[in-house]
Amino acid sequence: MNWVIDLIGGPQTVIAIAKVLIVFASLLVLMILVVWAERRILADMQARIGPNRWGPFGLLQTLADGIKLITKEDFRPQLADRWTYAAAPVIAAVASFLAFAVVPFGDEVTIAGHRIDFILSDLNIGLLFFLAAGSIGVYGVALAGWSSGSKYPLLGAVRASAQMISYEIALGLSLIPIVLVSGSLSTKAIVAAQAGSVQNVTFFDGIPVLESISRYFEYVPNWYIWSQWPAFLIFLIAGIAETNRAPFDLPEAESELVAGYMTEYGGAKFLMFFLGEYLHIVTVSAMAVTLFFGGWNGPAPDFLGWVWPLAWFLFKTGLFVYLFVWLRATLPRLRYDRLMWLGWKRLIPASLLWIAVTAVVNIDNAQLSRNWKLGAFGVMFAVVMVWVGKGDPRLRSAVSPQRRLDGTT
Amino acid sequence: MTLPAYLPILILLVLSTGFAVFSLWMASKISPRRWTPAKLAPYECGITPEDGEEVGRERFPVKFYLVAMLFIVFDIETAFMYPWAVAYDELKLFGLIEMGVFIGILLAAYVYVWKRGALEWAE
Amino acid sequence: MTLEMVVFGVTFVVALGSSLAMVFARNAVHAALFLVIAQVALAVTFLLQGAYFVAALQIIVYAGAIMVLFLFVIMLLGVDKRDALIEPLPAQRPLAVGLGALLAAEVIYIVFKGIDLVGDAGGEAITALNRDPGNVLAVARVLFSRYLLPFEATSILLVVAVVGVMVLTRRISDVADLQTPEDLPAGAPVKEIAV
Repeated sequence: MNWVIDLIGGPQTVIAIAKVLIVFASLLVLMILVVWAERRILADMQARIGPNRWGPFGLLQTLADGIKLITKEDFRPQLADRWTYAAAPVIAAVASFLAFAVVPFGDEVTIAGHRIDFILSDLNIGLLFFLAAGSIGVYGVALAGWSSGSKYPLLGAVRASAQMISYEIALGLSLIPIVLVSGSLSTKAIVAAQAGSVQNVTFFDGIPVLESISRYFEYVPNWYIWSQWPAFLIFLIAGIAETNRAPFDLPEAESELVAGYMTEYGGAKFLMFFLGEYLHIVTVSAMAVTLFFGGWNGPAPDFLGWVWPLAWFLFKTGLFVYLFVWLRATLPRLRYDRLMWLGWKRLIPASLLWIAVTAVVNIDNAQLSRNWKLGAFGVMFAVVMVWVGKGDPRLRSAVSPQRRLDGTT
Repeated sequence: MTLPAYLPILILLVLSTGFAVFSLWMASKISPRRWTPAKLAPYECGITPEDGEEVGRERFPVKFYLVAMLFIVFDIETAFMYPWAVAYDELKLFGLIEMGVFIGILLAAYVYVWKRGALEWAE
Repeated sequence: MTLEMVVFGVTFVVALGSSLAMVFARNAVHAALFLVIAQVALAVTFLLQGAYFVAALQIIVYAGAIMVLFLFVIMLLGVDKRDALIEPLPAQRPLAVGLGALLAAEVIYIVFKGIDLVGDAGGEAITALNRDPGNVLAVARVLFSRYLLPFEATSILLVVAVVGVMVLTRRISDVADLQTPEDLPAGAPVKEIAV
């Protein structure tokens, strides 16, 4: 037995293989649950019943759908580009799987003298890896549309990839404030920085009023969301747009583009796109939890040490998945020009401004006095709030059909 | 020395690619195949595609191209900001000014593009 | 044989193979895709040398942004198999041979002469970076001190690129907006456009 282990690279390799296998299988099971949950929640919000036939509470419905899709006729449009047509869904699925590799989903545990991290790869460029996986995902969409050899998929693909790259900028910029305050690109280090209570945050130092009330904050977790909520909002909006979910689901726009870039896809190939999309939702949710909500941190009893962080992680991620579904049930689709307007003219300037705020506030005390710092903080904060929060008529009319009919844009 | 950290990613890459390819291959084996000319024609909501009409021949608004170009510019900007953010605790005020100049110059281009109406999508 | 050597071997074959396939591909989209594969393979070689940050940038900037632009242009302008065989530049073949020979000469020179990557030639900061190329902090230290001027100059380069794109696309979009003469009402003035 030992010589086999040595041949493939020692115990570390065995641990890595086991870890990847377990995570991969868990993700697939998670996908089944997420799709089922979405259908049940949506049905509930729309006063329907939802899937309830196959298995307890209809839990096996997704599995049945998956089997159905795999046994569906495997066809390829006449004008399709054979290999690209088959490669596009594979790229979409693989890119989504890879992005999950840098998500820390629990604390470390020691088994038989080997330390096992509950993260597939703790990279010192973790955040960049997350972005890189997302930028590869664009190819799945663009190639699907092009290779189908049909009009609507091409239209959908061009729209979708333009949308994805537009919001990728805002997504990338929204992570920079987090790097500024944590000083690291490693997701594990970012989670570690959010451990403990908000009591110890230096933000309270030097201001007597805040120092005196800081003891009341003993049970408030030290998450980045408190100080970085503008970055979080930008991240969330850009993240939803990246996953092509409502209200940013123009690429799929059932009513205008049939199904966008997926029009000519069916069966198992469609299943891969489907898998990729839901995996993307989970990854973006998990990233939001990791960066802004303390990752797997949470109160835990003394027994079953490693279970609690994992449970906290799943619970927080689940809340975000619920938010995704909630948004889908609530918000109508944005019009394309407004989508681009929001991405290019609001999110990018807002995120740049917020980076400037964070940079100024985090500068060394010796060089800029604290008063200066807080003053700059306040002014720029107000500007950001006015900029982002002001009810722009264009955004309002985007979600109000009546105004759209009036022609008042 | 460098691989162990990336080993799980390598395995995940191989595993997920294998899974996707295997699923597609399996599906092509077990699924029925009854192709007809109508089924394989491009889907155009019932309208028959004209003969000789090639897909991809129609031209798209040049704005999409512009978006891709602007994306490169901002992507490179973002790429420069990551090492800056990591080293910010060392660079301090100097770093702030450095990045301020860098972003300031790029903002000029951004404002120019905005004013020229390239970010307007409503016709 | 270590795992790293295996990965390097595979990457080497993929990079070379996809580059060759890119050159010989008849379809412009296929050529672009092979180039993407070559870029990703290059990123993996950066990883193998421990240059994590450069590897990430290679994917984000080259594979994720520049190649997307390529693909967009090909898809949007409908450049298909036919156009790919037309060579607009008459001197491009001899030029390619000349530049290729130059590159080959450089590679051969480096192979025989060798370059000292971990030496002290570039000062302390460069040495620290070369010892640990994966350290983003070390990259930043060098980038924001020794290479400050090139870094700032990059922004000017990017501005020039943006202005250039604006000028080019303006003209094209004016032409695209033009209706065909049949669509115009009788007597309407025909706009003169310089192309």
